[in-house]
Amino acid sequence: MNISNWTAPDPFVTTPDMLIRLVVGLLALAAFVGANATILVYVERKVAGFIQRRPGPFEVGPQGILQTIADAAKLIGKQLVTPRGSDGFLFWLAPIVGFLPVFVMFLPIPWGESTYVVQSDVGVLLILAFAGFGVLSLCLAGWASASKWGLIGAARAVAQSVGYEIPLLLAVLAVCFSHGSMDLMAIVKEQGGWPWQWNVATQPLAFFIYFVCALAETNRAPFDLPEAESELTAGFHTEYSGMGFGLFFLAEYANMIVVCSMATALFLGGFQGPAAPGPWWFLLKVYGLLLVMMWMRWTYPRVRFDQLLNLNWKWLLPLATLNLLATAVALKL
Amino acid sequence: MAAPDQRIRPVEGGVEPPLVNVPPLNQFFDLCRAMSLWPMTFGLACCAIEMMAVGMARFDISRYGAEVFRPSPRQSDLMIVAGTVAKKMAPAVVRLYEQMPSPKYVMALGNCAISGGPFSFKGQYGIIEGVDKLVPVDVYVPGCPPRPEALLEGLFQLQQKLTGKRFWPAPKLPPLEGEQA
Repeated sequence: MNISNWTAPDPFVTTPDMLIRLVVGLLALAAFVGANATILVYVERKVAGFIQRRPGPFEVGPQGILQTIADAAKLIGKQLVTPRGSDGFLFWLAPIVGFLPVFVMFLPIPWGESTYVVQSDVGVLLILAFAGFGVLSLCLAGWASASKWGLIGAARAVAQSVGYEIPLLLAVLAVCFSHGSMDLMAIVKEQGGWPWQWNVATQPLAFFIYFVCALAETNRAPFDLPEAESELTAGFHTEYSGMGFGLFFLAEYANMIVVCSMATALFLGGFQGPAAPGPWWFLLKVYGLLLVMMWMRWTYPRVRFDQLLNLNWKWLLPLATLNLLATAVALKL
Repeated sequence: MAAPDQRIRPVEGGVEPPLVNVPPLNQFFDLCRAMSLWPMTFGLACCAIEMMAVGMARFDISRYGAEVFRPSPRQSDLMIVAGTVAKKMAPAVVRLYEQMPSPKYVMALGNCAISGGPFSFKGQYGIIEGVDKLVPVDVYVPGCPPRPEALLEGLFQLQQKLTGKRFWPAPKLPPLEGEQA
């Protein structure tokens, strides 16, 4: 056996490129999600303060910037309580089920021309499919915690999420129809830099429906009925202490970023901008939308549950269907 | 489901010692706990009005990171007993305290929660004379009702108790009557 031309196998040749890309991308996304949740909680509390004419977190660190770090460390240091009578396995599975699919939802998002993890022909479908895991986690959490508040909160979460998913899908579908693609990158590239070249100019109704449904899907006020304090204690996460509760919080903020990123890519031209297209435009638009979501949370009171369902089934669903039909007819003509 | 235990009894058992006992780590966690004391949304009587005022624009407890009033005892760190503890309410107070995960702290806000206040007289049958007969109290804030500033001061005292350090400057007291400023 001639060993002179034998070389050690290069590990990077045998590893598929896609795997490296996924691992690096997921690591980067995990860091991004964690950092973002910390920042967003701080921003949310500051926005709440400014809207109510008070400074918000102010004394912990300069301008209170260390506030959420203290909160996170405190949550990690809290005792974890598994209530008597609960299903321990499902109880602790629920926050994990709520948190893990969020990473998959971040994969097909086009941050920039070359800044993306996966470019997929069915990127929109991937995000929407994994968004369904959220409601599963809320349902598990409410069911397993053996608490009536948790169970009622979970029932509300299921009714709300399942209902609002339909107009959301129809609104997204109208955009996919007009571009003939479910690839987020392709949809972004077909839009121009200026606001009147974005999809929001051609599909304003779809954008409105999408945004309202996104608020409801992420359980944000005025649609935060699954965790309505005044009647349900804390809803589906009543029995969660410490990081169990922290994971639900993290998942909520990560979901907010996902729906805002999708709105940016589908309707607001993604990374395209009037000058120097790039990821900064994407992030600017995403954070703009996030600020609007916070602004709405601290402006509107919570709706009643029948109002919530009426809004969905009597207004958003017919409007979204008509919008989709009109788009299809306009495309055919 | 069995009917809840309605007997009036103090809290049983204490806080278990930490599993990992590394002093610098404990100091770090104590600092973080002191800076993020989430109170429970839980008011018993008129002192609760002052507790609400302390979250509003003029006093703003959120400056110290304690504005997150959690509705569930599982997610809160600080129980502010704001008001008279009636005998009817006593089992619920004990139950709420037991539902809170460690580490947990109690602040007795107002004279009623400290000692029964004006309702404490010979032959009274309706109230618990002091919440410390039921749950271990960390900070007593006197007043009838205490000013919101007093509640903030109670929060600072609790932070001092946790970390051994006072973080914010003490207020300058106004001169007493007949005293020269």
